[in-house]
Amino acid sequence: MAAASEYKTKVTLPSDREILITREFDAPRDVVFKAMIDPALISRWWGPRGHTTRVDKMDVRPGGAWRYISGTSAADETAFRGEYREIKAPERIVQTFEWEPMAGHISVDTATLTERDGRTLLTVRSLFASKEDRDGMVQSGMEKGLAETHDRFAELLAELRAEARTGAR
Amino acid sequence: MQEILSALAEPNRLQIVELLRRKPLAVGEIVERLGLRQPQVSKHLRVLSEAGLVEVRPVGQLRIYRIRAQALKELDTWLDPYRRTWDERFDQLDDVLRDLKEKDKGKRNGRRK
Repeated sequence: MAAASEYKTKVTLPSDREILITREFDAPRDVVFKAMIDPALISRWWGPRGHTTRVDKMDVRPGGAWRYISGTSAADETAFRGEYREIKAPERIVQTFEWEPMAGHISVDTATLTERDGRTLLTVRSLFASKEDRDGMVQSGMEKGLAETHDRFAELLAELRAEARTGAR
Repeated sequence: MQEILSALAEPNRLQIVELLRRKPLAVGEIVERLGLRQPQVSKHLRVLSEAGLVEVRPVGQLRIYRIRAQALKELDTWLDPYRRTWDERFDQLDDVLRDLKEKDKGKRNGRRK
């Protein structure tokens, strides 16, 4: 379980087709870069907490494909895929991103790493084909948040029902 | 929410919001800073105002526009689950980086011995 970090992720919308994500890391950029291109390391951090993430393909070179499969069990696994466009160690990775259940909605993600005093600033600029695609991507995060809320709500209801049963006895 | 996003989708309107985030301005000042014509700016301000992004207050002869903090808060709330997804991912990356640095240190110490 990851400890809460002293660094916070910032998300802004610099234009109607983009999302800009920035975060600082307490490591030199060659180390951060390695964690981004090593399949064994990707599976440790890329997926949501509580999910298992497997690297199906990861051919880190321009034109090479990547595909990760992530889920809490075989029943809810989904895959993410894309293609590398540019790899410039240790400062830049350009790759496409697509969630297979929403195939066709592709973003181009440019990750840029800059180092300052042994720390690394990572920026990821996601460029979408349209504003609708961009908003849909942000919204899907919202839906995930809502789904989690609903899960917690369902758990709470189950607990309440169990309590009610014990109480009735 | 959709109204706020549509209003911000137009580059000039996004720029007006950026200007007003720094300080409240009269229409004339916005016209001057953006180099647009007054009717254009008035039209953009109307759209922004209808989306709840800006509000206007008359001060003497001037109409002073300023950002409605509530709208920015809504935008922030909308972005929050997406931001949390990345935050969680990067917190996990922090752990991986810590391990890599430890290993690196171990290797260096090993060489020294």
